[in-house]
Amino acid sequence: MSDLVHIGLPHFLVVSAILFGLGLLTVATRRNAVAILMGVELILNAAALNFVAFSHYVAAAVGGAIFALFIIVLAAAEAAIALAIVLAIFRHFHSIDAQDVSTLRE
Amino acid sequence: MTPSVFFFYVLAAVTVVSAAGVALARNILYSAFALLGTLAGVAGLYLYMGADFLGIAQLIIYIGGVLVLILFSVLLTNRIGEVRISNVSTGLVVGAPPAIAVMALCIRVALRTPWPTTEAVPAPMTARIGEAFLHELLLPFELASLVLLMALVGAMVIARRAAKTKRA
Repeated sequence: MSDLVHIGLPHFLVVSAILFGLGLLTVATRRNAVAILMGVELILNAAALNFVAFSHYVAAAVGGAIFALFIIVLAAAEAAIALAIVLAIFRHFHSIDAQDVSTLRE
Repeated sequence: MTPSVFFFYVLAAVTVVSAAGVALARNILYSAFALLGTLAGVAGLYLYMGADFLGIAQLIIYIGGVLVLILFSVLLTNRIGEVRISNVSTGLVVGAPPAIAVMALCIRVALRTPWPTTEAVPAPMTARIGEAFLHELLLPFELASLVLLMALVGAMVIARRAAKTKRA
């Protein structure tokens, strides 16, 4: 384990782990669909940060950055689709509370 | 403490504190603006690792695109007149322990594992990324553009059909 003054791989991994945990917490506890989506964005950012950190400090290559770019592209597509679905749900149910949209359960 | 180390801790603090804001803020608009801080902090961390193109792409796509989209949908799906736009967190007591446990496990793995690190020198990577995209990664690159096109059309179709059935 490296010390506090020499910034290395573990520092980035810790930041990314905290981001991931907070994203998980957001997804698990929020009821607003848009807020759940924000939690997903946090998790995706944590994963991308891990990719870049590993490729920079372990492989010294560019592959992780390319993977993170693909993550960003897919996150943009996912956000567009998810928000369109959220708007459709809002027009149908007049609410985007995840507890109200339970027609399939009945 | 050198300026670069200080800079890392500032970026990490901005990222983590605003991510906590996303997870815990009571107003969803505050959550959305806290997400701005998180995304900007992650972009700064990318730049810190020498991933210049990636940092700029994160700024343009995430903050310029995804975040604006999220803000739009927050404002379209809530009654703006309400002082406290609802962003209820349910089950914080039940939801927090698993999340904290996973976080602690990840941190423990990150700190205990002897990673085979090399001495990394930050180098500009835009040219290398471009070459990779036009040579060995040409197919994934084209597939990504296809996915984007499909997502664009799909989002339009989903949002538009709902509008038609509702307003009719």
